[in-house]
Amino acid sequence: MASVVERDYIIPANDFTIAGEASSNVRKILSQLGVAPDIVKRTSIAMYEAEINAVIHGNGGQAHVEIDENKIVITISDQGPGIEDLELAMQEGYSTAPDSIREMGFGAGMGLSNMKKNSDILDIKTAVNEGTTVKITVFFK
Amino acid sequence: MEQYYFHSVTLDKSKCKGCTNCIKYCPTEAIRVRNGKAVIIKERCIDCGVCIRICPYHAKKAVTDPLDSIKNYSYKIALPAPTLYGQFGPGFSRERIVLALKQYGFDYVFEVARAAEIVTNATKSYMSNNDIKKPVISSACPAVVRFIQIRFPNLIDNLLKIESPMEVAAALSRQEVNEKYGIPLEEIGVFFISPCAAKVTGVKAPYENRISNVDGVLSIKDIFIPLLNIMKKQDNITSEPFSLSSAIGVSWAMTGGESSAFKDGRRIAVHGIHNVNDILEEAVKGNLDSIDFIEALACPEGCLGGPLVVENPFIAKVNLNNEIEKIKMNQAHSVPQKHKDVKELEWKSTVEYRPIMKLDDDMMKALEKMNMIDKITESFPGLDCGACGAPSCRALAEDIVRENARETDCIFKLREKVNSIAHQLHQIDSTGSMNDDNQ
Repeated sequence: MASVVERDYIIPANDFTIAGEASSNVRKILSQLGVAPDIVKRTSIAMYEAEINAVIHGNGGQAHVEIDENKIVITISDQGPGIEDLELAMQEGYSTAPDSIREMGFGAGMGLSNMKKNSDILDIKTAVNEGTTVKITVFFK
Repeated sequence: MEQYYFHSVTLDKSKCKGCTNCIKYCPTEAIRVRNGKAVIIKERCIDCGVCIRICPYHAKKAVTDPLDSIKNYSYKIALPAPTLYGQFGPGFSRERIVLALKQYGFDYVFEVARAAEIVTNATKSYMSNNDIKKPVISSACPAVVRFIQIRFPNLIDNLLKIESPMEVAAALSRQEVNEKYGIPLEEIGVFFISPCAAKVTGVKAPYENRISNVDGVLSIKDIFIPLLNIMKKQDNITSEPFSLSSAIGVSWAMTGGESSAFKDGRRIAVHGIHNVNDILEEAVKGNLDSIDFIEALACPEGCLGGPLVVENPFIAKVNLNNEIEKIKMNQAHSVPQKHKDVKELEWKSTVEYRPIMKLDDDMMKALEKMNMIDKITESFPGLDCGACGAPSCRALAEDIVRENARETDCIFKLREKVNSIAHQLHQIDSTGSMNDDNQ
């Protein structure tokens, strides 16, 4: 039977002090599992962006992580406002973040494109007023 | 011999009480208490010296060379770290300290501060190269470099690939003495006077088996009293013409000193290994891409807070700042250091990732082990009390899976087991009494 390592994290709303803890934790787990550093890096950047998005836009949410010998699948979901125009949101530099968030150095409009760049499969399901689910897959080989 | 010197930081078993102070503070979870004594897991130790500072019984120490080892060479060069100038207080100027080193028995003194200026210039030209990966992370602190090798492989490319001031000073002074006085190279002994345990390891076991130009490392602690006694007897201080470094090199002893030489750019100066960890965490997340340079020093207040110093780092800072002010007012005495070829100072090879936290070479087995660790961790009380000798419940679970510890090392688990045995005994006992009744 193939072993799968699983993790669940709560992503609190509007709390930047905790944001990033989940991706940081996943980075440590992947290193312990012996995943190559460049893949660890891609995974943690993609996950971090998704985490931050859930904090900024999604009113917080949760992350579920599954790791097997071939890949890691990260599912981050929120019950926030959803994304109106996904195609537009995917463009570099497009942002709906308010000034208060931008002043903190977030919300530059690179989140989704960074996620896409660093994951092998990026699957986004979103519905206005219902929430967004981002599924990031990164293969180890 | 090499094995012995693999780490400067070692344990004095006779002084160790087996308390849990060191295991809690070690940034790489490299210490366990086993059979009532601390044990350092060699491959994890980065020689940061936190345990030396934290141990209430002074059972952790840094191995350095004895002062007498300078006698093994007929021509002796001293390389004083700028931190040395902060140790003695008002009245004991840099000139007096340098003179005292000569009176102690050194034939030649080459300030590491001088080399620090050369490194500063080299760094400036390195930073102007657009191909480098930013933020550039200083490689001056060997404990930080080793920390990155273990914990942050993705930041290895960000390391400033320029030799440390100590190595530059060693190479230059040897060359200078050889050329100026015709002393054969094999007769020259180069000794670094160090505030730092990691520098000792850096000399005895350099990164990736490079060869150090330093022959021996003496601790500031050991040489402090001999120098003080000599200085107290100095009456007429006629400092011979001696090329002393400028303020920039001297300020390297303090946090912010190395990066203060750059006029432009966004710079971070962070000190204390746990603070360094936090900043490096930010860097791997990509949050510091707008930063040009990170000066990261493992010790509080930088090298002034090194484990081999005598003076409190905050007091030493006042001393050093006074000295720096004096130098600035008297710039004529100092010579800006230039080096012909910056390329010569660049690392010939990089450092490598050391995946020592890896659970298994086989990914399948690693996953299984991770699941076992999760399961065992969940069964523990989660107090991270340290009574088992591991820094946290999870660390104990890892040790168990790595077959270096047992579940009953946890006193709560042990109590459960003892209770259950007691219960069983009680049952046997009551059965026994019934038998008595039957008789």
